[in-house]
Amino acid sequence: MKLTGAEIFIECLKAEKVDTIFGYPGGAVLFLYDELYKAQDDVHHILARHEQGAIHAAEGYAKSTDKPGVAIVTSGPGATNAVTGIADAYLDSVPLVVFTGQVPRSLIGNDAFQEVDIVGITRPCVKHNYLVTKVEDLASTIKKAFYLATSGRPGPVLVDIPKDLTTDKTEFVYPYEVNIRSYNPTVKGHPKQIKNAVDLILESKKPMIYSGGGVILSHASNDLVEFTQLLGYPITNTLMGLGAYPASDKQYLGMLGMHGTYEANLAMHGSDLVIAIGARFDDRVTGNIEKFCPDAKIIHIDIDPASISKNVVVDVPIVGEVRNILPQLIKELKHRGEKSDQKALAQWWKQIAEWQAEDCLGYIQGDDVIKAQYVVQKFWELTKGDAYVASDVGQHQMWAAQFYRFDKPNRWINSGGLGTMGFGLPAAMGVQVAHPDATVGCITGDGSIQMCIQELTTCKQYDLPLKILNLNNSFLGMVRQWQEFFYDKRYAMVDMTVQPDFVKLAEAYGHVGMRIEKPADVEGAIKEALAMKDRLVFMDFVTQKESNVYPMIPASAGQNEMILV
Amino acid sequence: MRHTLSILMENESGALSRVAGLFSARGYNIESLNVAVTEDPTLSRLTLVTHANEQVVEQIMKQLNKLIDVVKVVDIAGNSHIERGLMLVKIKASTIDSCISIKQITDIFRGRIIDVNELIYTIQVTGGMDKLRAFIGTLQQEHTILEVVRSGAVGIMRGKHTL
Ligand SMILES: Cc1ncc(C[n+]2csc(CCOP(=O)(O)OP(=O)(O)O)c2C)c(N)n1
Repeated sequence: MKLTGAEIFIECLKAEKVDTIFGYPGGAVLFLYDELYKAQDDVHHILARHEQGAIHAAEGYAKSTDKPGVAIVTSGPGATNAVTGIADAYLDSVPLVVFTGQVPRSLIGNDAFQEVDIVGITRPCVKHNYLVTKVEDLASTIKKAFYLATSGRPGPVLVDIPKDLTTDKTEFVYPYEVNIRSYNPTVKGHPKQIKNAVDLILESKKPMIYSGGGVILSHASNDLVEFTQLLGYPITNTLMGLGAYPASDKQYLGMLGMHGTYEANLAMHGSDLVIAIGARFDDRVTGNIEKFCPDAKIIHIDIDPASISKNVVVDVPIVGEVRNILPQLIKELKHRGEKSDQKALAQWWKQIAEWQAEDCLGYIQGDDVIKAQYVVQKFWELTKGDAYVASDVGQHQMWAAQFYRFDKPNRWINSGGLGTMGFGLPAAMGVQVAHPDATVGCITGDGSIQMCIQELTTCKQYDLPLKILNLNNSFLGMVRQWQEFFYDKRYAMVDMTVQPDFVKLAEAYGHVGMRIEKPADVEGAIKEALAMKDRLVFMDFVTQKESNVYPMIPASAGQNEMILV
Repeated sequence: MRHTLSILMENESGALSRVAGLFSARGYNIESLNVAVTEDPTLSRLTLVTHANEQVVEQIMKQLNKLIDVVKVVDIAGNSHIERGLMLVKIKASTIDSCISIKQITDIFRGRIIDVNELIYTIQVTGGMDKLRAFIGTLQQEHTILEVVRSGAVGIMRGKHTL
């Protein structure tokens, strides 16, 4: 039977088992929306209140599940509003398929009303993108988009659909198989490299496992736990990798990097072997690259060959899916039946214990002012470490990463690569859509929350009972911290004392608002909020104004040159 | 070091800008770039000359390979290979003597005079980049060049090696 482009679009979504799509309508996507209207039983559309919100929500949905996020926006301003979210997904390798409407083909290139070259604009921040030029190509293009977004190193794929194409008709056949001749991601580790890696593992005396977001994307947490526990080596997770290894386990040294723990960073610096797993040696992790892990050999496991030896030259690269390579390594280790020098390892753990004794994350919660760390810690305790937590960007994000100790993957939802303020609320929204019965927290700051605050309405419309913890320091805190350290306390334009009454604001949106000013009230407020299972609760915590995130590795310093307090 | 990258890519709109965009976005340099369709109408072949150290060129090749439209990338400078460019030069002869000189120089470089129009000569020369440079240098010693247009290098590996 012949279907219109718009009907084909819906059929493709169904074929890809898409049950949720985040979006915002407009002229160029009217026919697509008309079909979405008819297909509401199959594909649930969530109307965000800004296209950036729609994309972040789709990211939250994808990051907390094993499914891609799907979004639809109109041409022109709808598409440009989506760009921040798309770039965010690109830097964090989030599987996303974004549909944009485009002006009719006859008008493309004419500066038509609401025309932008969104394929051109997004080219450097997508895994791939397509402008569909004839209806016959629509189904196969959508199939390719889903395949590319979710395979290999995941990422956002954009499909730009001209309006007139959505009414053209053609025979519909969904291509369940795809073949892209130029695209064949390596999935298994090369056997020779597996052997070489095991050689290094067995020779090491001061080993360190450094694992990142790739483990979560590859659904390989269980393999990581087995591998790490088989070896008995210390492990650190990156900001993107939190939860891939249970934070409550004794082999876990905490997060590494600029605001990582003393023990994780010093163990990296002092190690003789770094086993990097699904991590990409980002500059926020390595600090000054010249001073990075001076004595270590490096094994690097990654799906993306371009990540290997990009920032740091490695000794044994293994390209492939983490979920395949870790079992390969485990098998080879068991087959050899050998262990590395256990005496040296015990010595290494003794050294690490000394670093741990520094208690680098210690803080004192007095009676007067609320410490942000304390709020996160209480939230962690009261949710038994089992909530989904989305965060925004700034000091609160680092405190959330340090003090909410994740034991499971896909629970920590944050914007690591792009560092997008405004990410938290819509991302949390997407998580709650995917997990209606779960506790979903959003740890945010008074700056960030105002960047996508309009999504409070979306939460009302779809009954999304988020628990928002606004760590309100009346500053753009992270920027202020840098100004305190590196610009002689010249606090240039970071004062946020002029701000809305967040309690009233939450109420105006139809939610519950709370303002918490005393340390003694923190626990009670969180309990009360958690008890309101079906309400969104906005907790505005008035926290210490000039508090800093410690430890800190200043830019251009080495991992061993941390500022502790 | 100079590298000559031979790139086979989908003959689709946008593919070229993905390659060019990658070079500008990541701060790699392009000395010359040449692209045209191959015997297979679905594929284009691009020859790109760049200067970079080994580590950078390795990263360039990996990034190129990551582009979905790129089917294959080889640095043919690593193999025995042939490079050719095409150049058209327009030059004005002022006297009969200079006509003779232009003809002689052209012959030495195995070029061809392909158009003459009121003492304006258009010469076609093909060859390696050194030869093309040398041709211009020699002409300039005696004559005034009006216009030069040249292609970037195209390259191919010698012997049985193909892309
Ligand atoms: C969209 C965007 N604009 C600017 C920045 C730069 N920036 C990074 S952190 C920060 C301050 C964030 O303030 P707030 O949300 O109040 O959190 P705090 O650091 O106080 O916890 C700013 C402005 C950014 N990351 N994203």
